[in-house]
Amino acid sequence: MTEHANSFRNQPDERGHFGDYGGRYVAETLMPLILDLEREYRKAQADSSFKSQFDDLLEHYVGRPSPLYFAERLTEALGGAQVWFKRDELNHTGAHKINNCIGQILLAMRMGKTRIIAETGAGQHGVATATVCARFGLPCVIYMGATDVARQQPNVFRMKLLGAEVVPVTSGAATLKDAMNEGLRDWVANVHDTFYIIGTAAGPHPYPEMVRDFQSVIGKEARAQMLSRIDRLPDLLVAAIGGGSNALGLFHPFLDDPDVKMLGVEAAGYGLDGDQHAASLLGGFPGVLHGNKTYLLQDDDGQITEGHSISAGLDYPGIGPEHAWLKDMERVEYTAITDDEALDAFQLLCRTEGIIPALEPSHAIAAVAKRAKTMPKDSVILANLCGRGDKDIFTVAEKLGVEI
Amino acid sequence: MNEPDTMNASNRLSAAFAKPNPALVCFLTAGDGDTGANLDALVDGGADVIELGMPFTDPMADGPAIQAANIRSLGKGTTTADVLSIASGFRQRHPDVPLVLMGYANPMVRRGPEWFASAAMNAGVDGVICVDIPPEEDDALGPSLRDAGIAPIRLATPTTDDRRLPAVVEGSEGFLYYVAVAGITGMQQAAIESIEANVARIKQATDIPVAVGFGVRTPEQAGEIARVADGVVVGSALVELVAEHGADAPAHLRELTSKLAGAVRSAR
Repeated sequence: MTEHANSFRNQPDERGHFGDYGGRYVAETLMPLILDLEREYRKAQADSSFKSQFDDLLEHYVGRPSPLYFAERLTEALGGAQVWFKRDELNHTGAHKINNCIGQILLAMRMGKTRIIAETGAGQHGVATATVCARFGLPCVIYMGATDVARQQPNVFRMKLLGAEVVPVTSGAATLKDAMNEGLRDWVANVHDTFYIIGTAAGPHPYPEMVRDFQSVIGKEARAQMLSRIDRLPDLLVAAIGGGSNALGLFHPFLDDPDVKMLGVEAAGYGLDGDQHAASLLGGFPGVLHGNKTYLLQDDDGQITEGHSISAGLDYPGIGPEHAWLKDMERVEYTAITDDEALDAFQLLCRTEGIIPALEPSHAIAAVAKRAKTMPKDSVILANLCGRGDKDIFTVAEKLGVEI
Repeated sequence: MNEPDTMNASNRLSAAFAKPNPALVCFLTAGDGDTGANLDALVDGGADVIELGMPFTDPMADGPAIQAANIRSLGKGTTTADVLSIASGFRQRHPDVPLVLMGYANPMVRRGPEWFASAAMNAGVDGVICVDIPPEEDDALGPSLRDAGIAPIRLATPTTDDRRLPAVVEGSEGFLYYVAVAGITGMQQAAIESIEANVARIKQATDIPVAVGFGVRTPEQAGEIARVADGVVVGSALVELVAEHGADAPAHLRELTSKLAGAVRSAR
């Protein structure tokens, strides 16, 4: 693909800005470190041994490429466009998060760092980070909001089994953003030996670019698989968005294909008309948090407000800066799906396809269900099934009024 | 401006650092307790510069004491307008004492950097320390502050290497804040040898005064640092007194500030 001046694929600029968004809004203590990280990332990009090590681990450890699957019964049930899924829920650890963790831990080792930290919300990124740390024998500390620790016990136990130390964070609302604050506090105090594996395409430059690049394996595979299976590109890509890494991973390789439309799906929680949602793009305003400028859920004074979503993985008041830019450029359309709609879509996929999806991609599936009905039968939708739902069965049972 | 403005912003800060003794810089979080009375107690006790913290929901560079102060303040409903009103009240009562706002970018840029700079200027603020705007992102706030005659005060840290130091000191006005430890506020103290070496390194790169903070809690520590720096910043130890004593905090703040001021002034 050519990278011409008008490309949507040549962001960010050399200062890490995606248009007006992104950047490096961090304390001075961290600046030299993220500049080092950027230099090391550029070297790794130019080093074929880094790429072959990354590819090898993705193939033999993660299980890539993930399948491209035509959801025949779901398509029939919806009665419109053909629905295809990129099956990233079949990855080792059950979600797309591992793709990024492999890339970042390889970089950490190149930089001679000997200790890994990460934040986690639902626990998926924490599990993926603990997994790669066990694989490479590095000590690992995971910061997790105390509220999330209580509601995601199975993932907490998984991380501990993998040898990670899980630190419950009690500040603020004790959820994902507070875990990220605590991760940053650890990092400034341990810059000499510690690498912070950020879980989504957000944070200070070069994280948004780097995480996107590592996750782009999703879209690169999907593009080639589509061409080889049906000899055409999809009409519409759909993915759920919390921080936005699985969506960017799918979208980015298609951004310069003008006939491919894209739909990012935020969490509308109880509805966008109140404040109990996690839709930063549709219900927020630009601001600065956690190292980057982006859309944030915030009040008139710039205080960050607490989002809500049934999905702990979407429950973050910000969003990756590249999405903020893609929204303003109108290259990607953004919509939002409520808790109840996601719950319906969750059950729909279980029953039509025999796949239990995570609550995060259930938001994407709900949006697919709405769109597919409005599109002709020869059109093609490709959605990212970015995680499996085993972790969510307790939440879903509770919502459905079932005791297990 | 209608306040009794006997000095302008840059004059107040430079006068504070032009005194023969090192300056004592005292921090409190705005809206945590009776901030007006507490700030007056700091001035009574001998503070040379007041640093007023703007509360934020996500104070990433702060340790437990100042985090808790932010939560207490926001829990009582403190707004940006309240912070500015505390500042202008202080300016009315203390026409000559320099006042610096310290905080995080988002509340400062929410209504646009020009709005914030102009509101801060009207409140009689002399300088602004923004934790998460490094020189690389100066455009987000720096030009607006300079246009309004407010000093953007930069932070240098133990990780600020010689390659970065020129960029850090170049846009800084009023004073440079040397963060003595790579870490968060109110925790461990750095070794005096490290502080001395780093202050000397910074002073080779700039003529503006260097104040040292993070982890400075006692008069002894303050006195030790005052021997090698132009100013000493104390925050968490004062904020803890507000937490502990509530309405009775002024007497305790006055007492600690006066011990700190004594130690700083007799250092050299």
